[in-house]
Amino acid sequence: MTNVAVHLEAKQHALQAHMDDASASGATHTKGQQHPIKLYLVVWGWLFVLSTCSYLVDYFGLHGHLRWSLILLFMVLKAGLIVAVFMHMAWERLAFAYAILLPPVLVLVFVTIMVLESDYTHLLRVLFFASTA
Amino acid sequence: MAETALINNVEPPARPAGWRGIAADWSSDQRAFKNVSWGKAMMWIFLLSDTFIFSCFLLSYMTARMSTTVPWPNPSEVFALTIGEKKIPLILIAIMTFILISSSGTMAMAVNFGYRRDRVKTAALMLATAAFGATFVGMQAFEWTKLIVEGVRPWGNPWGAAQFGSSFFMITGFHGTHVTIGVIFLIAIARKVLRGDFDVERRGFFTSRKGHYEIVEITGLYWHFVDLVWVFIFALFYLW
Repeated sequence: MTNVAVHLEAKQHALQAHMDDASASGATHTKGQQHPIKLYLVVWGWLFVLSTCSYLVDYFGLHGHLRWSLILLFMVLKAGLIVAVFMHMAWERLAFAYAILLPPVLVLVFVTIMVLESDYTHLLRVLFFASTA
Repeated sequence: MAETALINNVEPPARPAGWRGIAADWSSDQRAFKNVSWGKAMMWIFLLSDTFIFSCFLLSYMTARMSTTVPWPNPSEVFALTIGEKKIPLILIAIMTFILISSSGTMAMAVNFGYRRDRVKTAALMLATAAFGATFVGMQAFEWTKLIVEGVRPWGNPWGAAQFGSSFFMITGFHGTHVTIGVIFLIAIARKVLRGDFDVERRGFFTSRKGHYEIVEITGLYWHFVDLVWVFIFALFYLW
């Protein structure tokens, strides 16, 4: 009888310890998001470099496709660094990363629609309004 | 017997990775986000919805700019500042960009120190982040004042297409509001960190729930998002 009671109590302690572990890791999952400070400093440095590059595109007055492609390149690289490292998306499970990152990509469909639409509007304005203005 | 089963089940088996992991997580008939707390998931989902809002602003700006037959004012000249004798293009915007990136850097380190339970360093870095944010908003107020004095209005401006003003005020105004809210959020959480709320698990005055250092990471997610939006505004509105 006493043996059983002692046994049960020991088990309860073990269970409690397990639950504390579980709640601690569930609440903070410290293991997952502990990265060396150096990594953040390196990313910070890269963001500075990339921002300087995109500013220089304007400073040197680059034009046309070169300008636009460079702006977009630096923009995407900066956004990628921020989301992947600063926001820790690189270390999340794929089920979560895709749930968050895929929907914004679909905005590109909207962009395509609006590009076609504004080209059409522009054409109408040139044909019917601009000549008289 | 039942207890042994319970104890044995506390430690979950390692979950599969890659595409199999996605299928396994979503088809498990439980929570899909296995190691993401509800607070963090909800912040991400909010940020996703905010992404769509800013996408709509930038898209309407793109549509206005592409469809107008009137020339678009050159942002490089509009946002130039004369320092000394020299007129430097976009210099204020460039400084604002560096300030916001720096604030993201201090925020990332605050999250790191938060998980190490170093509350003084965490709070100090969060307050530094808030100070950078406040500086950013201050410079934006300066920029708005300068443009309004020069005659930019939502319905017109001296240099070209009338939609320039409305796009500018709408996009940067909404972003500035986000930065301002972020500064308030940061100060509120930094106060809790400094007071040691997350060490003694003090209950929140409104929710009556125990706080954790994870809230620093969640605040950080919001702050990095504000920086992220600025990356797009800087590229698409100021540089294009």
